[in-house]
Amino acid sequence: MAESLRPSAAGPSAEGGRAARRTLAGRVRNGFVLRRVVRFVVSLAVLLVASFAMMHLIPGDPVRASLGPAAPVELVAARRAALGLDEPILSQLLSYVRNVLSGDFGTSFLSGEPVREIIASRLPNTLGLALIATVVALLVAVPLGMWAAIRTENGRNRGTEVTFTSATGAAVAVPEFLYSIALVTVFAIGLRWFPPAGKAGPVSYILPILSLSISPTAMIARISRVETLRELGSDYVRLARAKRLPAARLYFRHVLPNTLTATLTVGGLLLTALIAGSVLVEYVFAWPGLGLRIVESITQKDYPVAQGVILVYGAIVLVVNLLVDLLLGVLDPTSKLKET
Amino acid sequence: MRHLLRTPAGIAGTLLVALMVILAIAGPLIWGAEAERIDSAAILQGASAAHPLGTDNLGRDILARVLVGGRLSLGLALIATLIGAVAGVLLGALPSVLPRRAARLVTGTVNALVAFPGLLLAMFTAVIAGLGARGAVLGIGAALAPGFARLTQTLAASVAGADYVSVARMLGVSRWRVLTRHVLPNIAEPLILNLTQALGGALIALAGMSFLGLGVQPPSFDWGRLLFDGFGRIYATPAVALGPAAAIALAGIGFNLLGDVLARAASRRATPPGEAAGRPVPEVGELGEPDQDAVLEVRDLTVAFPGGVTPVRGLSLTVAPGEIVGLVGESGSGKSLTASAIGGLVPYPGEVSARRLRLCGADLDELPEQERRKLLGTSLAMVFQDPMASLNPALRIGGQLAEVATVHQGASRTEAFARAVDRLEHVRIPEPAARARQHPHELSGGMRQRAVIAMGLMGEPRLIIADEPTTALDVTVQREILRLLREVTDETGAATLFISHDIAVIGELCHRVVVMYAGRVVEELPVEGLASDAAHPYTRALVASLPDMETDRSRPLASIPGRQPSPAEVPDGCAFADRCELASAKCAELPPLIPYRAGHRVACWEAK
Amino acid sequence: MIIKNLTVRFGSFTAVDDVTLEIPDGAIVGLVGESGSGKSTLARAVSGLVPYTGAVEGVDPGRVQMVFQDPLTSLDPRMTVGASVAEGLRLPRAARQAEVERLLTLVSLPVSLAGRYPRELSGGQRQRVAIARALGARPALLIADEITSALDVSVQGAVLNLIRSLREEIGLSMLFISHNLAVVRYVSDVVAVMHRGRLVEAGPAEEVVKAPADAYTRSLLDAVPRLARS
Repeated sequence: MAESLRPSAAGPSAEGGRAARRTLAGRVRNGFVLRRVVRFVVSLAVLLVASFAMMHLIPGDPVRASLGPAAPVELVAARRAALGLDEPILSQLLSYVRNVLSGDFGTSFLSGEPVREIIASRLPNTLGLALIATVVALLVAVPLGMWAAIRTENGRNRGTEVTFTSATGAAVAVPEFLYSIALVTVFAIGLRWFPPAGKAGPVSYILPILSLSISPTAMIARISRVETLRELGSDYVRLARAKRLPAARLYFRHVLPNTLTATLTVGGLLLTALIAGSVLVEYVFAWPGLGLRIVESITQKDYPVAQGVILVYGAIVLVVNLLVDLLLGVLDPTSKLKET
Repeated sequence: MRHLLRTPAGIAGTLLVALMVILAIAGPLIWGAEAERIDSAAILQGASAAHPLGTDNLGRDILARVLVGGRLSLGLALIATLIGAVAGVLLGALPSVLPRRAARLVTGTVNALVAFPGLLLAMFTAVIAGLGARGAVLGIGAALAPGFARLTQTLAASVAGADYVSVARMLGVSRWRVLTRHVLPNIAEPLILNLTQALGGALIALAGMSFLGLGVQPPSFDWGRLLFDGFGRIYATPAVALGPAAAIALAGIGFNLLGDVLARAASRRATPPGEAAGRPVPEVGELGEPDQDAVLEVRDLTVAFPGGVTPVRGLSLTVAPGEIVGLVGESGSGKSLTASAIGGLVPYPGEVSARRLRLCGADLDELPEQERRKLLGTSLAMVFQDPMASLNPALRIGGQLAEVATVHQGASRTEAFARAVDRLEHVRIPEPAARARQHPHELSGGMRQRAVIAMGLMGEPRLIIADEPTTALDVTVQREILRLLREVTDETGAATLFISHDIAVIGELCHRVVVMYAGRVVEELPVEGLASDAAHPYTRALVASLPDMETDRSRPLASIPGRQPSPAEVPDGCAFADRCELASAKCAELPPLIPYRAGHRVACWEAK
Repeated sequence: MIIKNLTVRFGSFTAVDDVTLEIPDGAIVGLVGESGSGKSTLARAVSGLVPYTGAVEGVDPGRVQMVFQDPLTSLDPRMTVGASVAEGLRLPRAARQAEVERLLTLVSLPVSLAGRYPRELSGGQRQRVAIARALGARPALLIADEITSALDVSVQGAVLNLIRSLREEIGLSMLFISHNLAVVRYVSDVVAVMHRGRLVEAGPAEEVVKAPADAYTRSLLDAVPRLARS
């Protein structure tokens, strides 16, 4: 989306693509991409160790905790052996890493299902929800924020400003699970327009996506407004106004591209936040995603499942952050990114 | 406290938070018994007169339980926030005392953790710490910590990089004292503001954990747990989920709005917006017939802002074709706003009024909107101080130039681009075609300012307004830009209004000088007379206080005591009288700008 | 004192390249150059704010003080003028008040300003406070980095006069840095010119200005805008 919003200047449109490649090549040369990839790999390693450590940081014996005090000693011992919990810690870590890298996340204490299959069947449902909600939030919020900024520039239209900031301030503060409950109560139970739970066709997506995207929309709209206001106060906008450019050209061609860096950064963070937020929404809508499963696994002390799902969530966060960083590095010609 | 109650959001936030605090203190005292009373005759009821929000599986009144549960919700949120804040601030302050490598490690870890959604961190911690309130509070505390750490780091880094900390280090002030006297006081305020919003966030997150069954466990109950219980019955009796849901939402909104308003109050403290409009400036003299030959004719231009601030007061100015007029004054004299007013760029809520404002023989106030836009867009060129800021960083140079031609002159994209390259060449930018395809950051400062001037040459400029165009540039580059401006004026026959604080630059470039002080023109004279024939005491003092390559080094430099009155406190009489050696009783009356010699006007009672 | 073979590198970029410059006791050495010439980095190195190779001899590193361009950022907004000035004093509490008053008087500020905050002062007054604070540490060398660039011309004169009077009254050695050649010439005994990290010329002020030896100094001199005085 961002790519298509980048203007290609006055030259033929092929110019845009060529320049982007040139910038990317430059970034590869000065080590930007390499640094980001190295950082990604290091973070991934830390994440692996953390998820491994989780199992060992649980006070007492995780197997005993899971099976309960009544379970026979032999069963506990057998499970411990199967999990390799009696081996030296370092070799446990090594085999854990080896297993994870080969796609083996262990098996559920309770159902005996391989965790990999649980993840494979449920991850798409979670990702689909989060991605659509992110796109909806961006598409609504960016124009909304720009509109508010233009209307309230330099403190004009105090009424609009007060309404906008109060409304978005309140909308940001209400968590997604309350939106879910409210929407279910009104539209599913009361009006019976939508199914109250489960995933059954496109209609069943509407309420979960609405609940997930309301507060991010409010948040991005605020950021979009602040960014737009800052650009509107800059000298190049003053000069563009001195040139008497038409309003549409001024806002969409001059201002919008300069606000996208910040919006995209937030958009990336947003996607990861939405993946986490979807846990609660899935719970309300009984949505067959990873979130519902992680809640069950934690309450039922099914540690291998909890461990696997948290690892996958963490990895998604890292991948999304890497992609956003790389995208910004390519898009931002002034390299405003901190080279850390 | 007053600013909290000025906006509806502030009032709502303050009221809601106050309500929550009262509820947390008084709730259990008043409704405690009611919330625990088991009534086997009233199990799982919906809303009724006796139980407005229904009853739970033991027949306890849900409304009472919501009113009581607030204490646990708020209390746990407070503990989680404090854990997060203390851990975060320590973690954030650590890099400033650790050795370089360890510091980088901590910073890197914090940066990585910030990217992780709080709920994920909270669940991780909750798995380890076990199900229940303790695990949830620890988890949410841990989830808040990276945010606080990052904020502390950013704030501390900005303070540590400040000049006053460098000075303190040079003065031999100890690290500990630097931290306690300079760093901490300057970062405390934003941190405290952040606490308010973090508290709201913690409350919501705890409610979420309890709602998932991962937080508070029975027989204890907080709002999240009540919602968990109610949610199971939502299909049968939706009312039972309503109470806890509303309580959570209101608390979240309250803390968030309050935090917002506090943050805004802190960032705006410096600017007191007033309502009263600026005092009208008395109009003086005959308006007379418009000067048909002038490129620009301004009569009694006034720019006023709310709160009695009038930075430009009754300014008159005429510029002839081919003429370079210098507008000189110190910061706050209103010279830049004069330029904005002529270009129609004064920002809201500034109000511009003039008895006459004519550009290229057309009265700007009488021109239809469409024609006015075209006239200003093509006949007026503007150049600002900072060439980097004047060019859009996201667009290529060529495109920024070309749009003038496509918008106002109906040129095609190819024609416009060709003209842009031609104009870039005209201002002597080497390889103009290649430069046109570059972004502004790929050009040097002097080159960028040339590109901005080229942009002004895309139309057919009759007037170039250059507002401190060389102030941000080095002297050698400044000279080239001045030369370019002179050439452009000569070739196009356009006039230039050159605004600067530097009287030497004005003296070198301009034909005529207009001196501004406190929003008014105090003197107007040919440039040849600037050094020796100036009649106004301010102009004379300005010239005398400027050291040049011939100044006598054995004598002290002249300087003017006092300071220029701010636009809100300009007196009715001569604004310079306070600082003037020649001031007399007469100066309490405003001196008119009257002819002094040929082409020379001055506004001073004492000028002879 | 003397700066010997001083070099500052930031990664592969050499900001100051092998600069040797003598600052005679009680003299004002003016250092002029354009943006990026390395003059401010040299100042920061001599003040110990930036690591360098080479040597600074004849002055105890703890006795170098610096005054910055923008007095608003170099004064802590939360400290009163009096507290700021007292910061560098190594005196018992009882003697501080008197010393702060002496320092404020030395920079021609009314003693009554001690209780005010920086935002309540004018630009010129703030810069005097910054100078007073630096003098409180009894420096062997005072570095003034573009101290009049943020000031209006009508105020600049007073600050320059103060700098000259300090040299005459207390024999202060000073490194005076500015991009403005006319200002440097007016206050300095010796003028040094920097270009791209190197010292291209140094000599008595009038000599450098009247008969520059280096081509870059000449182009700099040519570019100075002049007001034709009769």
